[in-house]
Amino acid sequence: MRVTSMDEKIRHILEILENDARASPEEISTLTGMSVQEVSQAISKLEESGVIRHYKAIVDWDLVGENYVYAVIGLKVTLERNLGYQAIAERIYKFPEVRSVRLLSGDHDISLTVRGKSMKDVAFFVAEKIATLDQVQGTFTHFVLKTYKEDGVILHEPETFERLPISF
Amino acid sequence: MRPSCDPSKFVGDNVKRLPPSGIRRFFDLVTELDDVISLGVGEPDFATPWHIREMCIHSLEKGQTSYTSNYGLPELRDALSRTYSHRYGLDYNPASEILVTTGVSEALDLAIRAVVNPGEEVVVVQPSYVAYLPAVMLAGGIPVPVSTTAEDEFRLTAETLEPALTEKTKAIVLNYPNNPTGAIMTRKDLEEIADLVVEHDLVVISDEVYECLTYGGKHVPASSLEGLKERTLMLNGFSKAYAMTGLRLGFAMGPSEIIHAMMLIHQYTMLCAPVTAQIGAIEALLNGTEEMERMIREYDRRRHFVMNGFDKIGLDCFTPKGAFYTFPYIGDTGLSSAEFAEGLLNERKVATIPGDSFGEAGEGFLRCAYAASLEDLKIALERMGDFIDGLKQ
Repeated sequence: MRVTSMDEKIRHILEILENDARASPEEISTLTGMSVQEVSQAISKLEESGVIRHYKAIVDWDLVGENYVYAVIGLKVTLERNLGYQAIAERIYKFPEVRSVRLLSGDHDISLTVRGKSMKDVAFFVAEKIATLDQVQGTFTHFVLKTYKEDGVILHEPETFERLPISF
Repeated sequence: MRPSCDPSKFVGDNVKRLPPSGIRRFFDLVTELDDVISLGVGEPDFATPWHIREMCIHSLEKGQTSYTSNYGLPELRDALSRTYSHRYGLDYNPASEILVTTGVSEALDLAIRAVVNPGEEVVVVQPSYVAYLPAVMLAGGIPVPVSTTAEDEFRLTAETLEPALTEKTKAIVLNYPNNPTGAIMTRKDLEEIADLVVEHDLVVISDEVYECLTYGGKHVPASSLEGLKERTLMLNGFSKAYAMTGLRLGFAMGPSEIIHAMMLIHQYTMLCAPVTAQIGAIEALLNGTEEMERMIREYDRRRHFVMNGFDKIGLDCFTPKGAFYTFPYIGDTGLSSAEFAEGLLNERKVATIPGDSFGEAGEGFLRCAYAASLEDLKIALERMGDFIDGLKQ
């Protein structure tokens, strides 16, 4: 579904779900004044047309002792005849260790986020699976030390402020 | 030894005449109790959008801490002029028809002092914000409250207004979108009273601070009506739309003669509005629309949520179309607004504002702000439901 001038109701639904993917049609109905059926139908359409790609939870694995290591890796690549960026990206994103793949402007051509169980794990993955690809000229590995904000969610000490309990 | 004295005798008569703040005791009660959910707050529950705060910080780092023109920073007045031209096709000259003030509260005081002579009457449409009556009284004017009703959706009609007008009536204070009811006036509603306003040669002091917070329809400024612009002072500010309450920034737009008169008072009392807030306000006007609209959509969802909740717990409430307030009717419980609000607070720890705080017309009602998180609203509604069930038994 190509939404050129977005319906205000669709925007409400998307904002609610982007913030809380578990919001039920009943809850969304209460928040928008639409009927439950209207909401359900709109969500089905959004799912079918790919506007809503996926529902997932943001997990803090550290808290259950699963201390994943993340790295952002910049790649310099050379393009070959009949093999564009898309093909390289596909080759790379099929590895489950790879959490995101982006085509960039600037110094590097492609940026990956890789997740592993240890620094060694990540380093070997990059050395063995990524650096050895014919089109990859160079890799630049940056290990993540701390994540402060992920996908719009602040992970540490959200902002709070006090208001007067009563004001006119 | 010199004799001691009672300093209260030094307080001037103008101040002694002011109505006592009935809410003071209530305020103390709220602060004494733990675990209170407050729907009694008259400000956004969002912090000022970061890009605005960041611009204020940057200006402080650069040392922009001087006085500004009495009228306000020229860039801000230019931005205001362009904004209102763009939004409504209203033409205000940034050099002479716009005054930047320390909140709308100051603009209100200036507007009334600039036009009202001692003994002249000012019509104040109620229920409405608590400052209008005292502002008129402090200027030596005589406030004349006019009550709107839930049946009229708290809009001012010609039939309600006309009997209040006398030869001494100088001005009328309007507040739409309205605090505390959430009512709005459509163009048709305003047209209905415009003839009376012109016929009686009144100044319109229109507090439109909730202008941007309307749901499902566009705000209509009083000054956009034919024949009203040269007699209307539009008072407005950044507190509600851009969540900038504590930064205290407002403005007035109107005929250059009255704006100049207001500027004279302002220059001797306030000198200028705080420069940091003015810089933040420029950023808000230039780049703040997206964040503002995001906040408005959030309020709109809460509005639906609260109205739905009232329906479930059996509270009768007119559907508000502006601001972030609901004004449910509690009169059929047999309790007064104050009794209901106090009982609800003491027994169920939900703070609301008794409707009569906003004038006699508000008796029987309760102001519940939905500028609170959905989680809090949900709990508050449950507690209100329990309280009402308890009354029935």
